[in-house]
Amino acid sequence: MSEILKQLQHVVIIGEPDQAQDLAAQALGAGVMPLVAIEEALNPGMQVVGDRYECGEYFIPDLMMAAEAMKAAMAVFEPALMARQEQRQVLGTVVIGTVEGDIHEIGKSLVATMLGAAGFQVHDLGVDVPVNEFVKQVQETGANVVGLSALLTTTMLNQEAVVQALEEAGLRERVKVVIGGAPTSPEWAQTIGADAYAENANEAVSIVKRLVRGA
Amino acid sequence: MNEDILIRLQSGSVIVADGAMGTMLQEAGLPTGMSPEGWLLENPDPVRDVHRAYVEAGADLILTCTFGGTRTRLERGGLAERVARINQRAVEIAREAAGSNAYVAGDIGPMGEFLAPMGKITYEQAVEVFAEQAAALAEVGVDVLYVETMSDLNEVRAAVEGAQQAGLGIPVFATLSFDSHGRTNMGVRPEQAAETLLALGVNAFGANCGATLEMTEEAAAKMHETAPQVPLIVKPNAGKPHMVVREVVYDATPDDMAEYARRFVALGARIVGGCCGSTPAHIAAIAGAVKR
Repeated sequence: MSEILKQLQHVVIIGEPDQAQDLAAQALGAGVMPLVAIEEALNPGMQVVGDRYECGEYFIPDLMMAAEAMKAAMAVFEPALMARQEQRQVLGTVVIGTVEGDIHEIGKSLVATMLGAAGFQVHDLGVDVPVNEFVKQVQETGANVVGLSALLTTTMLNQEAVVQALEEAGLRERVKVVIGGAPTSPEWAQTIGADAYAENANEAVSIVKRLVRGA
Repeated sequence: MNEDILIRLQSGSVIVADGAMGTMLQEAGLPTGMSPEGWLLENPDPVRDVHRAYVEAGADLILTCTFGGTRTRLERGGLAERVARINQRAVEIAREAAGSNAYVAGDIGPMGEFLAPMGKITYEQAVEVFAEQAAALAEVGVDVLYVETMSDLNEVRAAVEGAQQAGLGIPVFATLSFDSHGRTNMGVRPEQAAETLLALGVNAFGANCGATLEMTEEAAAKMHETAPQVPLIVKPNAGKPHMVVREVVYDATPDDMAEYARRFVALGARIVGGCCGSTPAHIAAIAGAVKR
């Protein structure tokens, strides 16, 4: 991999948005294809960030700075992609949010960022998202993946409510439902009829990729 | 309580704090999605009942139902304009339950927003938010201004500063939640927390909430080692929550909590209690274990 891309990956990992922006521009100037830069620098960079968070080397501030660095680089690459009329291969469309009554956002945002980096079109609905809003957004975006985050034992029940609402709306078959959040579990996913549980952002990306391929 | 809490702390006896409020209120019919602070204005009785149950179980110190009582938290429920009223009412309710049998601590929890540069609130604004809550709590009269469940070092600094500024000289306690590989989820080490809080002059500090009992114990021990002159508080969750079908069960029994309370006292804690998932039964077991 070229020196510029190595540096770009590095500044994403250490969370330096200004440097990421500069290096992204340098990469384009040196003739690197934006898609290559995303695949070879940004994507692996975020994966390393996810790994470090998982093992206790990185904490929330580190995640947020890395996400900022990635966004800064993407802000440079996206117009370049449009100008070349290149399209990233869209692996799927994801609707993701933290369920109603719950304002925890960091884990959910990290998953959203990493799914975007991995090539999904992501609609992040934010936090405290009403059950009906998930259904509505699935209808409007044609999403084939729904991600539900809940960090309170009380709000976990809304994950079940969303699965049921999707069933009632006749949309359940169209989507794969993935849940996450500290009190949730594979057993809980099974109880509520979700397709999978993801323990962290890295796992979420590989699980979602696997689920859409199998569809 | 008639004896000043700081004198009581100096005397060497262990103070038993209360347990969870949120989970107890859920059992008492708190509607899903409603905040306890919003609920207590129209429903003081269940809140007072929980306080009474803890006092009867042996708690010497109870926390007001104001964990989410800052302006920024209340804003989410459209209650920002009732900051003063909610905090004051919560103190009244706690006083009614405590009588002369327990100290009343004004509970100050996180704002629920990141401080700049990650979020939009500046440090100075955060101090103001916490000072506003502290002033309301102090006005009715609390024995302690009790900052808890903090993860961010700057936020706990802002809360302590706000409480000291507005709190009419009332003692200030501060505890953090160490739930991520031995640190807070923002990466704060127990030693850092202890140094910062010592420098701020808090009257007691420690660890609450957290992930596992072991992790909270270890964090508390490190804080104590860093600044043994500051009285230590340990107020952990009743273990970890599990969904058993659709019911939440915390896995630490009253006996488990009692055993841990003994260990906390042995390592130097002066104030012990419980957080999420703990009940009057847990507090009764703790009181039985640590009081002579």
